[in-house]
Amino acid sequence: MLEKALQGSNRYWGWIFFLLTLIGIGFACYLYQLRHGLGITGMSRDVSWGVYIAQFTYLVGVAAGAVMLVIPKYLHHYNPYAKVVIFGEFLAIAAVIMCLLFIIIDIGQPMRMMNMILHPTPNSILFWDMIVLNGYLAINIICGWNSLLAEKKGVPTPGWVKPFIFLSIPWAFSIHTVTAFLYAGLPSRHLWLTAIMAPRFLASAFAAGPALLLMVLLLMRRLGIFDPGPRPIQTIAITVCYAMIANVFFMLLEFFTSYYSNIPAHMHGLDYLFFGLQGYGQLVPWMWTAAVCGAVGILLLLIPPARRNYLILTFACAAIVLSTWIDKGVGLVIGGFVPNPFDRVTPYHPTLPEIAIAVGVWAVGAFILTVLYKMALGVRTERRLI
Amino acid sequence: MSMDRRKFLKIAGLSALVGLGGSEAFELLQPGAVDASEGHEGEGEANEGHEGPYAGDKIRWGIAIDIIKLGENPAMAKKIITTCHYEHNVPDWGNPKDAVKWIWEDDYEHSFPDSYNDLMAEKVEGMPFLLLCNHCDRPPCVRVCPTKATFRRPDGVVAMDYHRCIGCRFCMAACPYGSRSFNWLDPRIALKREGRKLNPRFPTRMRGVVEKCNLCVERLDAGKLPACVEAAPDIMIFGNLVDADSPVRKVLRERVSMRRKIQLGSKPSVFYLV
Repeated sequence: MLEKALQGSNRYWGWIFFLLTLIGIGFACYLYQLRHGLGITGMSRDVSWGVYIAQFTYLVGVAAGAVMLVIPKYLHHYNPYAKVVIFGEFLAIAAVIMCLLFIIIDIGQPMRMMNMILHPTPNSILFWDMIVLNGYLAINIICGWNSLLAEKKGVPTPGWVKPFIFLSIPWAFSIHTVTAFLYAGLPSRHLWLTAIMAPRFLASAFAAGPALLLMVLLLMRRLGIFDPGPRPIQTIAITVCYAMIANVFFMLLEFFTSYYSNIPAHMHGLDYLFFGLQGYGQLVPWMWTAAVCGAVGILLLLIPPARRNYLILTFACAAIVLSTWIDKGVGLVIGGFVPNPFDRVTPYHPTLPEIAIAVGVWAVGAFILTVLYKMALGVRTERRLI
Repeated sequence: MSMDRRKFLKIAGLSALVGLGGSEAFELLQPGAVDASEGHEGEGEANEGHEGPYAGDKIRWGIAIDIIKLGENPAMAKKIITTCHYEHNVPDWGNPKDAVKWIWEDDYEHSFPDSYNDLMAEKVEGMPFLLLCNHCDRPPCVRVCPTKATFRRPDGVVAMDYHRCIGCRFCMAACPYGSRSFNWLDPRIALKREGRKLNPRFPTRMRGVVEKCNLCVERLDAGKLPACVEAAPDIMIFGNLVDADSPVRKVLRERVSMRRKIQLGSKPSVFYLV
């Protein structure tokens, strides 16, 4: 089936080479990091996780978001999703691979990675995160690949795949719950030490994943590659809208508990992110951009005529992707380290090589997504299904 | 037929889960870890007769830092820090971003940020505090480490295996005391730049691993006192917290002491005498 990804227009090859260039730059910077150590990044003793772990956290959400298509399709037999569910599964594959890459580039001794398996430690949440993420990757490869093979042969998806599809549903919830537990169980990191971290992560995931997918679907429609039809587009848009409302609601709950209780340690993290702390307000413009984008996105998705206009819909999805990305991919991780255990603020500025490496990983994800989508579309064109 | 297969998968899945949960499986999978986490002290049967917070332990090392004495002679702080950092070949990068520190100085406000009193006595306000790994009874760093590279010895020392650490820095996020440092760059570069004479009895580290105060386990195991205690025996009072007659227990009985962030329940074994 891979041959489908080896034939395409100049536009297709242009995109592929663009991604390969970004991957190449990122890889070169990674070799530089491998040689000199993580000191080439902006991370420090106080802010000891940065862009890499933040991207990882965001992308776990994108991966989990695919379940918002799998549930209607397989649990409720919602057939308008029949043609798009595979794109959700392939997005999950690309996102999980990016997650794993972000972990690998973040660890100081990547050649010792297998110590996680040689010395399994069930009291570490990272151990369980490794299990659920790799499991989710395997499940989605099994489901996505076999659905596509069945489509190619013009037969229904084989029965033995069904249990894996059903398994993928709780598993999607598990990956983001376990990822939230990485943060939510640490004493003295007040921004993270909250029981609604997992629900917040899930709500944000179910907004971010489908919104990103919808943007890609609308782009494919615009480029004349694939038209999912109006019904799936509208249903995904409504899913994004509800999930985003839940996400914003959870965020407001955090604000209430912190500020009404008036406990300084509980307020400091949010203070730093939204209002500035001890004269440092590096992330304030980011967080308010996220807040405005989230509100605008929800408003546009709530109004049916706006939602039906694909230009506005694309804009609304982009606003929600940006909002959730800033919230989880920028603010959450860095905000958790500020103030540090000594109540001091250490600013964090990612370096150019650090950003290039992160962009390189995103490009790997886009590359995998492109190849997988190209194969799916190739199969359908061949069978004259689209 | 397909039902049978599904049934089989169910049973196989369940038994795999049960297998994963059982501790025996882990013992079988990683026999080395047990050896690694066994200390030389505290082995053997529990101290049955003893009661109190350390009941059941034979040895539980702890340090009480006399802040009043340190305040009277603040130059000692530097001596203690230098002694420790030279003993363990801890590099001085000269910048906070790459900083590696095992023991360092800070003021009261930042050492005890959650019990800071705006109307504190001026004397306390300016007093130097020495901060180091608390060697907690319930160390959050050990709980989160995915490879058991950091582990608690039976004598209470929270130790590091620099050869097993993968550098994920989960322990740094978990430590409520900011006691852990990461080797962002090759520490040997800074040591070479300093032109310092290395201590051949303690290994230098490589980049990409976490390190922190080890309460001088290498010295304890050789029957010696920790380097900081040796450098300032009247400021750093060391001993076995289980033994009611030890110097540390004696001084804790007589003086008012504090521990950092006790509300977290990690139970530090570093005390501050005020």
